[in-house]
Order: sequence, then C-alpha cells, then structure tokens
Amino acid sequence: MATVTETTGHPPHEANGTYPPHPDGLLLGNHNLVSIGDKIAAVVLGETPTPKAWYPAFLLGMGMLSGLGVALAYLFYAGVGIWGINQPVAWGFAIINFVWWIGIGHAGTLISAILLLMHQKWRTSINRFAEAMTIFAVMCAGIFPLIHMGRPWLFYWLMPVPVNFGMWPQFRSPLTWDVFAVTTYLTVSVVFWYVGLIPDLAALRDIAKNRWQRVVYGMLAMGWRGSAIHWRRYEKLYLILAALGTPLVFSVHTVVSFDFAVAIVPLWHSTIFPPFFVAGAVFSGFAMVVWLAVPLRKFYGMGDMITTNHLNLCAKVMITTGLLVSFGYFLEVWMAFYSHSIYEVETTMQRMFGPYGWSYWVLITTNTIIPQLLWFRRVRTNDWLLFLVAGSVHIGMWFERYVIVITLSRDQLPSSWGRYAPTEWDYLTMIGSVGLFVTLFCLFLRFLPMISITEMREFLPFKQGGRDGHSVMENAT
Amino acid sequence: MTHDTHNAPSPLPIHGIMAEFGTADDLIGATKKAKEAGFNEMDGYSPYGIPEVADILGFPRSEIGAIMFIGGMCGATCGFLMQYWANGIDYPLNIGGKPFFSWPMFGPITWELLVLTASLTGVIGMFALCGLPQPYHPVFNVPQFARATRDRFFLVIESTDPKFDRVATREFLETMTPISIAEVPE
Repeated sequence: MATVTETTGHPPHEANGTYPPHPDGLLLGNHNLVSIGDKIAAVVLGETPTPKAWYPAFLLGMGMLSGLGVALAYLFYAGVGIWGINQPVAWGFAIINFVWWIGIGHAGTLISAILLLMHQKWRTSINRFAEAMTIFAVMCAGIFPLIHMGRPWLFYWLMPVPVNFGMWPQFRSPLTWDVFAVTTYLTVSVVFWYVGLIPDLAALRDIAKNRWQRVVYGMLAMGWRGSAIHWRRYEKLYLILAALGTPLVFSVHTVVSFDFAVAIVPLWHSTIFPPFFVAGAVFSGFAMVVWLAVPLRKFYGMGDMITTNHLNLCAKVMITTGLLVSFGYFLEVWMAFYSHSIYEVETTMQRMFGPYGWSYWVLITTNTIIPQLLWFRRVRTNDWLLFLVAGSVHIGMWFERYVIVITLSRDQLPSSWGRYAPTEWDYLTMIGSVGLFVTLFCLFLRFLPMISITEMREFLPFKQGGRDGHSVMENAT
Repeated sequence: MTHDTHNAPSPLPIHGIMAEFGTADDLIGATKKAKEAGFNEMDGYSPYGIPEVADILGFPRSEIGAIMFIGGMCGATCGFLMQYWANGIDYPLNIGGKPFFSWPMFGPITWELLVLTASLTGVIGMFALCGLPQPYHPVFNVPQFARATRDRFFLVIESTDPKFDRVATREFLETMTPISIAEVPE
C-alpha cells in the first residue's frame, strides 16, 4: 500500500457558509464539487430511492413497447397491407412518425453541439439527458423506414454491400442519402454521448460502494484517470465533435426534407423545405426537452440544476423556432398563389378546405397559435403551463408531417385522387414507438447520470470549486 | 499515515510521488513550481480538465485535430469514389438522364461519410493516444486518488524523471503544502 503523510496548512475544500446566488440564475442550492456530483450520482447508485413516479412510467413504457412487439410480429407475418397505406398515399404513418421522431432528436444535438460552440453555459445541465433523448428518438425513428420496406430482412440492400448479384444502392436518390444521414447521425450521437460520459463513469466507479457497480462502471470508464494530457485530447475531441455535429444536424434534416422536396408532388417540390424542416425539428425537440426536464425537476428534485431559467431559455428557443415554422406555413401558401400554378393553388385549397382540411387547422392551432403563449413570462417560467404548450407543439409537429404526407391524396390529376385512413396497426406501431422511447429513457435515468457530473463541476463558480464555465467552450486546443 | 513511513521509504520501486491539492489553482501553482524546478516527467490529475496544467506540462496542442482531419478526408474521398464507381462504372444507372458522373448528387453521402469517419477516427485516436482502455495504472494504488474524479487535484512527479529523488522530491512537494503526500507503488 501507499505511504501517506497528512500535512496541514491547506484549508479543507468543503463549504462552510453559503455561496452567493449564481449570477445568471442557472444554479440554485449551496453546491460544491462534492455535493453536486453526489446528488447526481446518488440517483444512479441507488442511494436516493427511485422516485415513485418512475415505476408507473416504466410500466407504461414497457406496456406500450409490448404493443410494438405485437404490431411488428403481425407486420412481419402479414406485410405492410395491415397498414392503411395504398396508392396514392403510399407513405402513411411510418414516414410521419419517422420524421416526427428524428425531428425530436435534433434538439439534443443542438443543445450539446451548437450551444457549446455558442458559449451558452446553460446547456451544461441539460445536455446529457437531451443527448440521450436524441439517441432514443433516432432509434425510434430508425424503426419506421426499416419496417416500411415490405421485406425488412433485405434491409442490408440499403447499404453498399458488395454482394454477388452486383447490385448497388442508387446513390442519386434522397432515400439512399437518408440511410447514410440517419446511420451517421445515430453513430455520431452515440459516440459523442459516450465520450461525454467517460469522466462521469469514472466518477461513479470511484464512489460506488457496491462491487457490481464498481466493476460495470469501471469497465465502461475504461480506466479514465483524469490526467491533464488526456483532458487536453478529450476536450479537443469534444470540441471538434461539436463542430462536426452542428452541420451534421442541419444536413440530416435537410436530407429528410429532400425525401419530399425532390418529388414533383405539388407543395412538396419547394426550396423552403430544408430550412423549414430544420426549424421544425428544433421546435419539436425543445418541446421534448421541456417534457423531460419538468419531470426531472418535479420527481428527481433536480430543480436546483435545471432551473426555472433553463425552462425560460428553452421556451425562448421554442418561440423563435415556432415563428420560423409559422413563417414557413405562410410562405407555402404565399408561394402557391404567387406561382399562379393551378396545381399549387388547388392543392393548397385542398390542404386547407379539402377532406383533410381539419388536420391543417389543428396544425395551425397547435403549432402557431398556442405557442404564442410563450410570449408571456408567466407561461415560460411555470412548469406545467410550459409542459402543456410543449404538448401542443408535439401534436402540432406530428400534424405538420401528417399534412405534408396526406398531400399525396390530392396531386395534379383528379383521377388519381384517393383517401387515406390509418388502421389500428398504424396506431399500435406509433404508440409502441413511444413506449420504446419511454422505456429507454426510464432505464437511462436509472443507470446513467442524467446530468453531466463533470461539466456541472466545471460550471460551478470559482468560489465553489469550479471554473465558472466550460474549458471546451473557452480554450480547447 | 505515520511519520515512520515518511522517514523510511519502502525499498520497492515506485511510480512516483503524489501530492494532493484542494483546488484547481493549487494544482496549477504546484505544477508551475515543479516545472520551474526542472521536473518534466509528471502529470496532473483532476475531476475536470484544467487547460493551464496541460500547458505547463508542455502539451499545448493535442494531435486530435490532425487525426480527425485525415480520417475525415479519407472517408470523404473513399465515399465519393465509391459512389462514382458503383453508380457510374460497375453498375451504370441512368437516372432521369443525368450523367453517370453526376457529382453534385454524390455530395450528401460524401459529407455524411466525412463526418462519420472523422468522428470515429477522432474517438479511436483519442483512446489510442491516451492508452485507453487501461485497466491498471499505478496511481489507483493510492487510496486518496479515488477523489481525483471528485473534488481533489493531484500532481504526480514520476520516478522516471532524471531529477527524481525519493526523498528530495518528496520534500520539494511538501513545500507546496499539499493536503497529503503519498508514494505511488508500481
């Protein structure tokens, strides 16, 4: 064993007295390096009892997930005919849910990467669970194109595999771009998340009392010891991953929008789609961040780290992106009439007042009108009011994709007009994907630190033992 | 924990001598003093990254940027050529009358592969350069080092340093009033 000498002369680092409140209101409570880490770690290590609300949430998630299992089993047995899709609406719920989920995922990357590059300190306490949200949302999204293929066992045809029948993917198709965009996005998100987790896993390894926890977190931490040289490489890697993740997130949703925009369907074939889709993705993603942050505050007592000010800032991002999206709705209509194309005009009139006109007005109500409540500070800083507005955005962003996909029912030729109605299997699959997300997120809360321990320590003001910021933001070289 | 061990170091080979500090600024100051005293083989350990320590240790820039650039360029080049070869040469496809070498259409996948390969080479490169995963390292032998991921900051002067002397180095570290000092067994 080591030989240890205790020398005196240095004051202990524990807090004696109270610290002044955080200048930006981004941190409450009287935290120091130990207390902030222990509070987050105690949840994972089982020292804080799991909140009672976790169990019903997990059970509900598992219940819905088993619905997905049933829906997929029958789908693989019977084929996509069990869904409501047919000509002309060949893209039904599967594509709506795909775009909806992948949009939700984008806020995680926005928070972890773009806000890092923008030196936004408030990202620190929400980036970890937002990144988890990204990964789980992309996983939910990824299911839908795969099961929509009809012969999902041939999924590897999407990849450039040099198989003996000499077939290659059609690299000029946005659908093939999508395969690469989504797989890259998932891989990079997982890698970014794991890299961020390593110092936290090492911290868990070092304070865990249970042998199994020490072994598992120790293996995951890969022997991280916090060496200054390692930190330097780590921070540089983290910075460049953020710099790559920023254009990546834009490119992914741009490619998703190309799936529509490249087709010559009226109202799809438009240049507004990429920015409009990216803004919508961030809008829905921040709504999901709010939906996750509010329970973390209420049931896990994380209100001292995810403060009211964090909710306020998320709400401001929501109102900004919400207005961008609403501008997109306006511009779609404007361009249709300005173009004098009878197809654009007729499809717009059908979209607003045709058989599915109700869905357009649901979209406008939930996505444009209700989010205007966010102009009021009282709404932005009230957990449950904000939660309700975010719920409205979830509905609205789902209907946005519904309205886009349902446009297929009214194209240029009235002879090819048709109707679309989802079946119970469509609904079961959609609810099942929500179950997958809820289950994965509950497991994440139980087994991994929901807030970055390391970054929160660094974020603490100097007097409280931290560096009052994030050295990746300031000077990673 | 006694003065006997302090005065009579064990004869076993050691990795170095470790001093424990309570704040990041103490670690920065101690590293600076050790560097000025002529020590080169040393390392700082902290619960979060402290750029100043790496600067003092003589590691002002990491190699990660260059690695990721090379990885990304390889991925983008191979990705672009793969698309041209597959859709233009090996299995030529006429899509809407576009030329076989319709390079703008290959842009998105080239970009995605650039990001993918740059990220993966960066992560694998960081692990390789740091020698991770590394299940054993001598510093973990010291019990108080468990707080290196919590609230304490450590400076280890390694025995490989030419100036290292088991007694003198320890006395040198003691002048910086650390919270504790320990020999790190191999």
